[in-house]
Amino acid sequence: MTILQLQNVSLSLGGKKILHELSVDFWQGHIHALIGLNGAGKSTTANVIMGISGYTDFDGDILFEGASIKGLPVYERARRGITLAWQEPARFEGLSVRRFIQSGAKDKSEERVRAVLEDVGLEPDEYIHRAVDKTLSGGERKRIELAGILAMEPKLVLMDEPDSGIDIEALERIFQALQKLRENRVTVILITHSLTVLRQAEHAFLLCCGHLVDKGSTDKIARYFENKCIPCLHPNPEKLVAEGSRVQ
Amino acid sequence: MSNSSLIETLYESIGVNPHSLRQDPNIAHIEIHHNKVLGVHLVPGLEVNARETKNGIDAKLLVKKDTVIEKPVQMCFGMIPETGLQEIILDIELEENARAGIFAHCTFPFARQIRHEMDAVIKVGPGAQYAYFERHIHGGEGGVVVVPKSRVEVCEGARYQTDFELIRGRVGEIQMDVEVTGMTKSVTEVTARVSAIKDDRISIRETAHLVGEYARGVLTTNIALQDTARAEIYNTLTAHAAYARGHVDCKEIVKGNAVAKAVPIVEVYHPKAHVTHEAAIGSVDSKQLDTLMSRGLNEEDATNLIIEGLLGVPLLSNG
Ligand SMILES: Nc1ncnc2c1ncn2[C@@H]1O[C@H](COP(=O)(O)OP(=O)(O)OP(=O)(O)O)[C@@H](O)[C@H]1O
Ligand SMILES: [Mg+2]
Repeated sequence: MTILQLQNVSLSLGGKKILHELSVDFWQGHIHALIGLNGAGKSTTANVIMGISGYTDFDGDILFEGASIKGLPVYERARRGITLAWQEPARFEGLSVRRFIQSGAKDKSEERVRAVLEDVGLEPDEYIHRAVDKTLSGGERKRIELAGILAMEPKLVLMDEPDSGIDIEALERIFQALQKLRENRVTVILITHSLTVLRQAEHAFLLCCGHLVDKGSTDKIARYFENKCIPCLHPNPEKLVAEGSRVQ
Repeated sequence: MSNSSLIETLYESIGVNPHSLRQDPNIAHIEIHHNKVLGVHLVPGLEVNARETKNGIDAKLLVKKDTVIEKPVQMCFGMIPETGLQEIILDIELEENARAGIFAHCTFPFARQIRHEMDAVIKVGPGAQYAYFERHIHGGEGGVVVVPKSRVEVCEGARYQTDFELIRGRVGEIQMDVEVTGMTKSVTEVTARVSAIKDDRISIRETAHLVGEYARGVLTTNIALQDTARAEIYNTLTAHAAYARGHVDCKEIVKGNAVAKAVPIVEVYHPKAHVTHEAAIGSVDSKQLDTLMSRGLNEEDATNLIIEGLLGVPLLSNG
């Protein structure tokens, strides 16, 4: 069953077309991967789905659980169950990890905050009273953000490069958290450059210069990775426009 | 009002239970209302000599050499009436290697026209450590003018931390002026956290002169302004010796028609000294806002949480 549907989504930023008529279905309770080279438009797609300021003026439509979310503010989309884990999480001077996690949590108890910190492999006693600021490492901040998302109990999570800046041990914990989301029938969209992360997904989509150029099983899409995108044959955007539409 | 009921009223206005405070003999406390010392409890190594003046108190606090006062000394200064003038003169000295903290509560819960002046001369002796946290609790009318002034000498190897908080009740008007001189290997941290609304007025001058080698200093000001409030922050850091290091940091979040001005001044008089500054003034950071909104908080709740973080890190946790 489709939970999120992009219908011919196009977006221009600074006079340049960044997303080209994207039409994608994401299935409820499945883990999807969105891959593509730097600048392909992956984060942009996530921002458009979340409704981040600067990314709301697009053509086409986005349906969540069958209803258009176009024009809804970020928090309204969040209240319907969509959330985003950022490629580079924000820093909040003075805001404690506890307050940060509680702010969006469904169950705001301290026990719940501790449990989600454990889920991402962070020792609660060590982190719960620290501030979500520059004194945390990038990887710690990403894990705290993920803990916040687990506590929120969303229906759909966009994860923008959940593995960037994460060590191998912590990555295992993040994969476990992913499994938890899967068990709870949460839909996940993973944006990644890593084959290991891609392998966590069941379906994958390949973006190239803002075009959806292929989709299918993880194994199939993984081949683009392994062959450094060689079967993709999109050396320039002009050629891509023609081929991109053919693939779709 | 009797002394004891005044003490009760003062403590009630700051949300502290005076009885639990008094149960612990290791917590020194001093209560001052207008120009009356209502109560004093001292601990070994702490000496206080207070003289009542026409409109306030002239007090000397001494922490004797090598004395370590584990629990922060609780001081409560206040005025319960709606109008009046309170002038506090403080002479504070920590002798060599002494360690102490003061948690000063300044409370003017019903103020309509009150002026509170504090003139402090502070000496933190060699190797000593002194932390001073001043929390203001004002009423909702904004009828307070607060004029705290301090001159501080931080001797060799000593540490001085001060944190001024005014986030509960209306500011009214504040004119703060702190000037610190840091000797060799001293550490100075001056912080002010203020939230202003309506026509509140803030003027803050934090100055540190790092005159000794390896002296360190950080001046921090975090302000949230709403409505037609105005703030002017002049933070100055001068470095005069080799390996002196300092940082000036000013963050102001501005909403509505509020106006903020920050003038960080850094002066370096020695080629081996190093001083940096950072000032960020404006509306709430959009990425922070988007992050919290993507958890379901609306814009106002998200903004308030960001401001709460910015303003909410007290130096001494108890109280
Ligand atoms: N606000 C903006 N204004 C102009 N161009 C933008 C803006 N945001 C993104 N872009 C451009 O859109 C394109 C897609 O960027 P996006 O961040 O979505 O890429 P990505 O696939 O996430 O890449 P990466 O793997 O590096 O994270 C890039 O060419 C980028 O420069
Ligand atoms: Mg990206």
